[in-house]
Amino acid sequence: MITRLTHASVYVLDQESAHDFYVNKLGFTEKMKVPISDDAFWLTVSPKDQQDFELTLMPINKGGMFNSEVAKNLSDLVRKGTFGIGVFECMDVYATYQELKGKGVEFTKEPKEQFYGIEAMFKDDSGNWFSLTQYNEEHKI
Amino acid sequence: MSEDIHPKMYRYKRIVDAKLYIDENFHEKIDLGIMSAQANFSKFHFARLFKKSFGKTPHQYLIDVRLAAAKKSLKQYKLVQKVCFDVGFESVPSFISLFKKKEKMTPNQYLKMLRQNEIDKANTPFSFIPGCFSQNFQKHN
Repeated sequence: MITRLTHASVYVLDQESAHDFYVNKLGFTEKMKVPISDDAFWLTVSPKDQQDFELTLMPINKGGMFNSEVAKNLSDLVRKGTFGIGVFECMDVYATYQELKGKGVEFTKEPKEQFYGIEAMFKDDSGNWFSLTQYNEEHKI
Repeated sequence: MSEDIHPKMYRYKRIVDAKLYIDENFHEKIDLGIMSAQANFSKFHFARLFKKSFGKTPHQYLIDVRLAAAKKSLKQYKLVQKVCFDVGFESVPSFISLFKKKEKMTPNQYLKMLRQNEIDKANTPFSFIPGCFSQNFQKHN
């Protein structure tokens, strides 16, 4: 029986910049930073109140995981904002929206009522999309 | 921005500003009573709104921010006593007790764990990475 998801990855264009975005703007905690090659890290972060889940900030061009053609194609797709990655839950979407916007996070949708709660949408520094949602009582997970 | 959102944003701005003030000045002596007055709320109302937005009272939040900063400083192998005062705690025993309550280990035990981790990361970096990811890194390195 599978019980939980503990790791998931998001491809980022620049690990240093992604680290700054997730830690200093979103307020995540750095969980792991292990050198895996001369120019890449195994780099994971967790939301402050969910320390048992790690989001891996995966390098595309560094670390040698992909050949140059794949790396270029994947970088282009990420940069174009092709990928919706996931949903971050918050207690109060208006407060979180206000705070993150003040820190320079690019929102593509302001908070708006949906049947499941209030949702805003933003991009990370690479171009990956995330929902930011305050679930209503009926749809709390 | 639509008109129905705007008043909420205005109300939350004061709460978000208070949070950001804590984020930036946690190492100073912070009087939460004065802070609530500056935000134009009664102390009780301020604490209630803060908790509704961020899941903890301003006092709990301040302690958590200081503890997170302490962990960050300990990662630079600073002395426990120096870290305690640098992040705004006024007593070492109280710092150790709060740290232990949250991290389930004392600051010194945490330092010891960090040192061991550094050795292990240098010697066996891939042992820190789940297999589904490490096989890709190892395949291409």
